[in-house]
Parts: sequence; structure tokens; C-alpha cells
Amino acid sequence: MVTITNIVYLISASFFIIGLRWLGSPKTARKGNLLSMLGMLIAIVVTLLDKNILDFTYIIAGLIIGAAIGAYVAKTVEMTAMPQMVALFNGFGGAASALVAYSEYVRVQGVMNIDVSITLVLSLLIGVVTLVGSLIAYAKLQGIMTGAPITFPGQKFANGVLLFVALALGGFFVADPSVEMFLLVIIGVAVILGITSVIPIGGADMPVVISLLNSYSGLAAAMTGFVLSNNVLIISGALVGASGIILTNIMCKAMNRSLANVLFAAVGTDGGGG
Amino acid sequence: MDGILISLYIFVLAIFVGFEVITKVPPLLHTPLMSGSNAISGITIVGALISAGAGHNQVAKILGLLAVITATINVVGGYLVTDRMLEMFKKDKTGQKR
Repeated sequence: MVTITNIVYLISASFFIIGLRWLGSPKTARKGNLLSMLGMLIAIVVTLLDKNILDFTYIIAGLIIGAAIGAYVAKTVEMTAMPQMVALFNGFGGAASALVAYSEYVRVQGVMNIDVSITLVLSLLIGVVTLVGSLIAYAKLQGIMTGAPITFPGQKFANGVLLFVALALGGFFVADPSVEMFLLVIIGVAVILGITSVIPIGGADMPVVISLLNSYSGLAAAMTGFVLSNNVLIISGALVGASGIILTNIMCKAMNRSLANVLFAAVGTDGGGG
Repeated sequence: MDGILISLYIFVLAIFVGFEVITKVPPLLHTPLMSGSNAISGITIVGALISAGAGHNQVAKILGLLAVITATINVVGGYLVTDRMLEMFKKDKTGQKR
């Protein structure tokens, strides 16, 4: 069964790669999305058939609730509100990766190898930054908060310090994974970092940031894949992480800007989505 | 240690695939492509299913349940929204022909 599961995962990863390729061209885009959907479906089905799953109660409940919310929102959202909707969905993806990593930490009760503890920290950090950053992007485009850049003196320096603190705490956690407090503080720092790294960016530049956050959520999924030793997560996450960076770059070029300029220049005053 | 090394190989090779898979994309497709690849990152649902369904630790399972909910929103919402956007482009084209 393990072999069959992994072969299906390989097929599903291949579908994602071909699907992503097709999505880049107008003629094949819709077909590409459908192929990628099929890849996701078979990955879910084969996971459910795997013998590792002992209890289906929470799974069925979660699938029904999630599918109902996702389908309702996707069907009712205004076409003009699409970018912020992508941001919101993306944030949930980041949250899911962080939740899976934390769940695994609770399950193994703090006993793990160094490769698991390193990727667990990265999964939590990137996942939470993705969630909070995406929520800020959503709030800016939806007009819940101002679309104008919010800056304060020493912002870049502060962000650098926050990232350093998070990584240092990660180092302490790797040295002693039994201390849960390290993880909780890392989550706290990641929340602040998610806010402070997205608020200085103007509403008009938000699609570029959403694309970058999309790349982050892929990386978070890949890190979660390392935590669970699950190859389909590693492949698909790396795929989205890398292609997301390329797409972010293409979007910057289309605006005649560099990524550094978008992230640090604090221009673009208007809320793009309205 | 062998397992982690193989995973690392897979990870690095998949990153190279990701760098190559997207080339010239018309601006019209930027948002759908972003949305479609966002749905793919919802693959973390596989991890969520494993967390929610395995073991006997109640806290781990509840975290797993929350992960299943959020990942499913990402997957279902992401694919449907992408499909809606792409469908709109098709309609736009036939509209122009008229």
C-alpha cells in the first residue's frame, strides 16, 4: 500500500508540473487548472485509503466545513475582489502548514531528529508569516485598513532584528526540542513580522506581494513535507515556492519595477481592488 | 539519515523544475496563474489529513482538524476561483467577436 500511495503521489506531482506549465498559456490554461485539480483529488483519495489513518471523524468534519466555506466564497466573490480572495486562500494554506507542523510536534511530544526540528521551525515561521501577511494584504485591498503604505523610522532594521530573533529562537529549539515555549515565542515573533513586513507596501503593489506570499506558502508546505517525510508535499511545495518567485519577478518587470523596489520603497498609495 | 538526504535531493530538483516551468506569461494570465499555483500549495491538505486521522493524542488531532479545514478552504476555494477567472476570459473573447 505504501508503494501504491507513493506512485500515486508521483503521478499527482507530475500533474501539478504539467498543469502549472499549461496555466502559463492562454489556450491551455483552463485545461491546466483541471489537470492540477485532478492531481489534488487523487492525492487526497490515496491518502484517505492509506492504512495510517485510524479515525475519520475529524477528517470528514474538516473536509465538509472547509469545502462548504471555500466553495461558497469562491462562487459569491465579486470578480473585482479576486486578488484579495487569492490572498485570503493563500493565508489559509500557510496556516494549514503551520498547524500540521505543530500537530506533529504535539504528537511526537518533543522527541525528534535534528532534520525534523529544523524544518518544523521553518514550517511554523514561514506558515505564520504567510497567514498574517496575507490577512494584511486582504485587509488593505478590501479597504478594511488603509491601502497607503504605513511606515515608521527604522522599519527595515526592526524587521531584520525580528527575523534574527526568530531564527535564534529556532536555533535554541533545535538544540532542545523539548522546550515548547520556544515554538510559542517563534509564532508570536512571526505574527509581528507578518504585519511589519506587509504594512509598508502600498495597495497598488499588493498583487506582487500576494504572489510572493504564495511562494512562501509553497515553501511552508515543502518544510511540512520534511517534517512528515512526505515527498508529494516536498515536490509540490518546492514547485510552488520556486515558480512563485519567478512569477513575482515577471509581475515586477511588467510594472517596470524591481522586487526590492516594491518591497522597500513604500510607493503606490491607492487601494488596488476597491 | 539516508531518507532525509533523498528528500533533500527531491526538494532541490523540484525547485529547479519550478524555476523552469514558468516562462513567458501574458499579463492577463498573471492573476490566474498565481491563483492556480496557490491552489497547488494547498497540497499541505495531505499532511493535514494525516495529522487529523492518526494517533490518539487529542490536541494533535484538533490541530489536525483545524489544518484540514484551512487547507480545504485553500484547495476548493483556490481551484474554483481560478476556474472562474479563466472562464471569464473565454467569455470575454467571444464577446469581442460579436
